[in-house]
Amino acid sequence: MDQLVKELLQGNRRAAARLISNIENDVPEKRALLQEVFPHTGNAYVIGITGAPGSGKSSLVDCLLKKIRRDGLTVGIIAVDPTSPFSGGAILGDRIRMQDHALDEGIFIRSMGTRGSLGGLSRSTREAIQVLDAFGKDIILVETVGVGQSEVDIVKTADTTVVVLTPAGGDSVQTLKAGIMEIADIFVVNKADLSGAERTITEINIMLDMKNETQWRPPVVRTISVQNEGMDELWQELRNHKHFMKESEKLLEVRKERVRRELTEQVEYLVKNKIWEQVREGIEIETLVDRIVHRRLDPYSAAAELLEEIDFL
Amino acid sequence: MDRRKIRVLVAKPGLDGHDRGARVVARALRDAGMEIVYTGLHQTAEQIAETALQEDVDVVGLSILSGAHLTLVPRIKALLREKGLGDILVVVGGIIPEEDAAELLKRGDADRIFIPGDSLDSIIEYLRGSFSSNHTL
Repeated sequence: MDQLVKELLQGNRRAAARLISNIENDVPEKRALLQEVFPHTGNAYVIGITGAPGSGKSSLVDCLLKKIRRDGLTVGIIAVDPTSPFSGGAILGDRIRMQDHALDEGIFIRSMGTRGSLGGLSRSTREAIQVLDAFGKDIILVETVGVGQSEVDIVKTADTTVVVLTPAGGDSVQTLKAGIMEIADIFVVNKADLSGAERTITEINIMLDMKNETQWRPPVVRTISVQNEGMDELWQELRNHKHFMKESEKLLEVRKERVRRELTEQVEYLVKNKIWEQVREGIEIETLVDRIVHRRLDPYSAAAELLEEIDFL
Repeated sequence: MDRRKIRVLVAKPGLDGHDRGARVVARALRDAGMEIVYTGLHQTAEQIAETALQEDVDVVGLSILSGAHLTLVPRIKALLREKGLGDILVVVGGIIPEEDAAELLKRGDADRIFIPGDSLDSIIEYLRGSFSSNHTL
């Protein structure tokens, strides 16, 4: 077994940190590492926190941490911030709100840049979750980048998704739209001391009334994170949803769906690698490109022609 | 494909409350393609060392304008060593008198010190030069 994985399983924080970096940096042994980590995963409960920039996700995580720790549970946090599409750099600033917990040994916080991923998470968030899961954290909180309307990757990753809204986020048509408003298991209206909070709550509820979801109606929790208000309710609703997911076997269902997707992705990844390895090794792709550019061949036939020469075994 | 990025922790240790400089540097490093973890103000040495560990950074950049650099920098370096992070580059920026800078460098508590007047480019160049072989930017 890889030394880092061994140390991770023994609870070494540095090993956890280094493993996440290695995976994020796509080191050659990445797949081997993940293979060794996988058997030790599946115990953590993953909660996703998403919402617009500045809606208070990091502060909410900070407040929530206190509640979760009071119940004796350990927590891993993955906080994602955007990578610049121009420079490739990033300012990872979510930690600022959480630094009070920096020395709590039951908490491990890791900031990640999106590095080109557009769905609200980073390219390696899923793998980082696996590392923290194998590390033994009971709860893993994933804070997405500040999202707009359609960055909904979190719902494919989290067992429970919390959507954080603030008052005065537009008129009632906004609640009708597809995307972010559809993925919440729990709604939070943060900064609820601002005017318009009641209206926002009402509009969410009207939207929910139109939905024929009988099994779980997403609760709407009002919070004011700077005053630490509403956190007991939020933590209670999170526990309620977790209970619901487990009791209704919905948890098994969504996890199966996740595994199905990951398996497909892995197969596609391997096939893709096989193809491009052989293309690089010898198949003359440039002559095909020339022929296509000069309209002597179409890309569809060229692709089929290419595949005929690939050995898949 | 290996796609490492230089990860830098920008931290404000101690009681000084001025982080304009730290923010300007963080922004410049971002534009140079690095990943910057910013801690915010009033961090203890312990918080900084533990954050460096969890975030697995290559560099700890300390912004100190309070005059307490001779206490804070050695303390942070010692904690990093204790955690097995002695290889992390420690870079200090702030109002550091020449003789203090010389002492910090001589004792190995800091790898490089930047003072008012040093250009942002010189910081970027220094960091890039330190990690040239195995990082892409």
